[in-house]
Amino acid sequence: MGRKRDIALAAVVLLVLWEVAALALGSMALPQPWQVAVDTARRLADGSLLDDLAISTLRALAGIALALATAVPLGLMVGAEEGLRRRLSPYIYLLYPVPHVVLLPLIIILFGIGEFSKIFLIALIVFFQILVTTRDAAKNIHRNYYLAIETLGASRLQVYRHVILPATLPKILTAMRISIGTAVAILFFVESFATTRGLGYIIMDSWGRADYVALYSGISAMAALGFCLYLLLDRLERRLCLWTLSH
Amino acid sequence: MITVDSACLGFSHGGATLPVLHDISFAVAECDSCAVIGPSGCGKTSLLFLLAGLLRPDRGVVEVVGQEQSGMILQNYGLFPWKTVAENVGLGLVLRGAARKTVAATVERLLGEMGLSGFGGHFPGQLSGGMQQRVAMARALAVEPRILFMDEPLSSLDALTRERLQNLIAEVWLGKRITMVLVTHSIEEAVFLGRRIVVLGGRPGRVLRLVDNPEAGGSDYRDSDVFFHRCVLLRQILKGEGDGPET
Ligand SMILES: Nc1ncnc2c1ncn2[C@@H]1O[C@H](COP(=O)(O)OP(=O)(O)OP(=O)(O)O)[C@@H](O)[C@H]1O
Ligand SMILES: [Mg+2]
Repeated sequence: MGRKRDIALAAVVLLVLWEVAALALGSMALPQPWQVAVDTARRLADGSLLDDLAISTLRALAGIALALATAVPLGLMVGAEEGLRRRLSPYIYLLYPVPHVVLLPLIIILFGIGEFSKIFLIALIVFFQILVTTRDAAKNIHRNYYLAIETLGASRLQVYRHVILPATLPKILTAMRISIGTAVAILFFVESFATTRGLGYIIMDSWGRADYVALYSGISAMAALGFCLYLLLDRLERRLCLWTLSH
Repeated sequence: MITVDSACLGFSHGGATLPVLHDISFAVAECDSCAVIGPSGCGKTSLLFLLAGLLRPDRGVVEVVGQEQSGMILQNYGLFPWKTVAENVGLGLVLRGAARKTVAATVERLLGEMGLSGFGGHFPGQLSGGMQQRVAMARALAVEPRILFMDEPLSSLDALTRERLQNLIAEVWLGKRITMVLVTHSIEEAVFLGRRIVVLGGRPGRVLRLVDNPEAGGSDYRDSDVFFHRCVLLRQILKGEGDGPET
């Protein structure tokens, strides 16, 4: 497939650029790709990297899942129900632009320094991104679709199932795409404290020890994690939104 | 039985109310057919929405016995782009909780009748305008309505397909003994399908004339002198309105 080839080509170009930059810079702070590859392979072989990759993946996925499960239904309702929209929009308007990362101290006080705080912070930040996109998408559904389903005699729940959700799904998936980037970035942040596991920890720890090859192993693994989540989402989109590809 | 008595309707535009329908009165008997014809923007769609219960009159009475068992074909078809042709057609039955087999059989039959066999798996966006209109028609017929409201259901079909579908509508109307109201721009279509013809004039929409046309739906009606003269009569009424020719 052309697309796969293009992605592979882009990966090669990026690796070459990295290599060139590493050689040109000649600094310990930017090792060459093959050094990182060897280190990554060794860590994968002895299983240590897999552990961290797994725990980071779980944290990111749990955060995104928690956000989706709450933001999508709420966003759809706020967007589609006039009264709810009027009442809740001001709160969203005020709360959305707050940099939620700064709530970390509060979250730790409330939920401790365990797993849940990490997941919660990821979820909180992604929640608002998905909420706002979903609400706007639901608000902008064309009136014709409502008329059409009304003439077929649908209950409100059926309107959600057959019109509101499918009409907004492409936008929700776009929001999720953006959220993956955010989630991985926040993942790094939450794994840089009060834990000894996860890719974020590896990165911070290697950095502290000035072990730059290990540092880049961690970074590569994190990039790979984000990339895999992206691919997964692409798959999902092609399954769920066949109709958008037909135009 | 449909009774409209001195119905008025207006839409508010930034404080001011724009009158759209003024003092509309007519009646359609059970199992009868009614065609509504008039210049663009005179309020035909709004009138149909009143009949279907999607709008309420500001003044006057709109009474439609059996409104809850009505089906409607919207002007822009109102198909759901995220559902396949088969899913669109079967939706009314699905919403009523019909068994999967019943739905599939009905969809299959209707697609055949509409000359759409083999297109069940397509999305509306992959079909021509005329095919989409036929899908909309199949969807409205699937629930076996007692009253059928149609808003220019055949406007983007070629002349021959159009005649074939007019015949089909006449068959459905006479065969299933349903009441139908058809909005159209075409004088010939109004005369062929409307046993009662409501001629509307523009701004605000009002009844110019009610024309009785008892021969409507007859198999060779199109070739008769009566048909020809009725068409001339309608043209004169509409021309007298001075809004220029409609396309
Ligand atoms: N939801 C609405 N809000 C405000 N104004 C509306 C609305 N729907 C229709 N109108 C106005 O009412 C008038 C009549 O519209 P309507 O769609 O009923 O005309 P129509 O006869 O069906 O036209 P056409 O032949 O082009 O379909 C138009 O001037 C339109 O601008
Ligand atoms: Mg109209």
